[in-house]
Amino acid sequence: MLILTLFCLLILVIIGSGLLVKSIPILQEKSLWELLATSNWRPFKGDFGFLAFILSTLYVTFLAIIIALPPSFLASIYFSEYANERIKRFFSPVVDLMAGIPPVIYGVWGMLTVVPLISERIAPKFVDFSTGYSVLAGGIVLSIMIIPIIISILTEVFNAIPKSTREASMSLGATKWETIKKVVVRKSLPGIIAGVVLAISRAFGETIAVLMVCGNYTDLPKTIFDACYPLPALIANNYGEMMSLPSYESALMFSALILFVIIVMFNAASRLVLNKINSRYQL
Amino acid sequence: MRKFEERFFKALMVISIITIISVLFYILFIIVQKGFPSLSWEMVSKVPSGGYYLGKEGGILNAIVGSLLLMVGSVIISLAISLPVALYINFIIHKSSKLSNLLRFTFDILFGIPSIVYGAFGFMLMIYFGIQASLLGGIIAVSFLIIPILVRSIDEVAGFVPKELIEALQSLGATRFEILKVVVKQIAPGITTAIILAFGRGIGDASTVLFTAGFTDSIPTSLSQPAATLPLAIFFQLGSPIAEVQNRAYSAALILTVIILALSLSARFINSKISKSNL
Repeated sequence: MLILTLFCLLILVIIGSGLLVKSIPILQEKSLWELLATSNWRPFKGDFGFLAFILSTLYVTFLAIIIALPPSFLASIYFSEYANERIKRFFSPVVDLMAGIPPVIYGVWGMLTVVPLISERIAPKFVDFSTGYSVLAGGIVLSIMIIPIIISILTEVFNAIPKSTREASMSLGATKWETIKKVVVRKSLPGIIAGVVLAISRAFGETIAVLMVCGNYTDLPKTIFDACYPLPALIANNYGEMMSLPSYESALMFSALILFVIIVMFNAASRLVLNKINSRYQL
Repeated sequence: MRKFEERFFKALMVISIITIISVLFYILFIIVQKGFPSLSWEMVSKVPSGGYYLGKEGGILNAIVGSLLLMVGSVIISLAISLPVALYINFIIHKSSKLSNLLRFTFDILFGIPSIVYGAFGFMLMIYFGIQASLLGGIIAVSFLIIPILVRSIDEVAGFVPKELIEALQSLGATRFEILKVVVKQIAPGITTAIILAFGRGIGDASTVLFTAGFTDSIPTSLSQPAATLPLAIFFQLGSPIAEVQNRAYSAALILTVIILALSLSARFINSKISKSNL
């Protein structure tokens, strides 16, 4: 048992160092700056610039958070402060189910509804032409996928504020709304930020759903109606051909390493904050 | 004015909740509407025939069976790892000791690692050990993905086991192993829910199996053969320019959704039973 347990502790280290070892060849060949800050992507000529992929990932994630945060935030406040048992009993399976639907299903839905909506209705108002497979499509699909994560964390964070704190505020003459605004939300701020960071890291790594609606085009996207090519999609799409070129394989492993490092850091930071919140109020 | 502000935001909250719920139902509606017309007995009972990907006869039995085999294998392996770990951090060492908390923290992080990274890592291991894309490769990658889910959920139910029970067992002179046996029996429904959750997450995940399990039109007969999986069957068929094949992708999506719904409902059902009997 002890051995198994220690093995689990080591998994993180093993994955990280495995990916690092695999990406050493490309790191020796190119400078880190060249890899991260240029957008020349011609693997068969030996050009590996990740900028377009990194920016795509950032754009899509950013859009997803912008779209998902307001409704999830409002829903979580309602859920923890106002909702009665009946609404809770109905709404919590909805959130669970949303979290449980596989990415590929979200991708299918995105291709069937979001992509045509953008190419036929939304994009023509702003740009001349868009296929619909775009940053915006990725952002919308992703936002729906992270809503359940944000809601479940925020509800937990709001519920962790003790009843006595709320009562103290009410007894000073604050209305319920003022209490929510000035006490509950303000006190939960670290938790809210941690929840958002966790959602960001989830959005960062999402692969199949985004790949299906983003267009996967290696140029830098200029508007949100342009196609883009996030990092995880890059890895997923090129696995077949990468085996032919050692530096190509190394480059893809390097992108997996980037994802891994960013996500581990984000996760660690937000979990630390959330654990602190939980232990402060529970014991 | 103050009243107005509260009312305004409350209305926004209700609108948000209704929007979120309707988005979910809209997604389910679209999947059913698109997937239902091409759904047939043949889809779920036959493997692809020669011209399947050109719109001819056949079904996706290969992917359904492949996914099930993959998940059964992964659940067995990952349960064999996560159950001892979850028991260890709750009953062998102290529940809230430093090591326990460090382990929980590690599993929280592992839980957040995207499946594509597990897929890439699994693939790397396979090259290292010389394993071809196969059922075994897929099982290894998916196990990585679901171990954190299993540990976290089992850990949660294990936390509810009353201290008095352990103390009573100890005072009766039970050995460590006997205590754990009682505990496992006590939390069996919780373990079942954890397995269902992990099963649902694993069966729907495409990125882990993309490079590790391969894809084939036949049903695998051994661990070293490649295995088709449902999410990949959807993904590949959608890429086809032929309308019939695309339609089958939609029905495959419907099949996967129904499986997920069934799993989710049964997890809820077991959970409600637990809370009734325990509280």
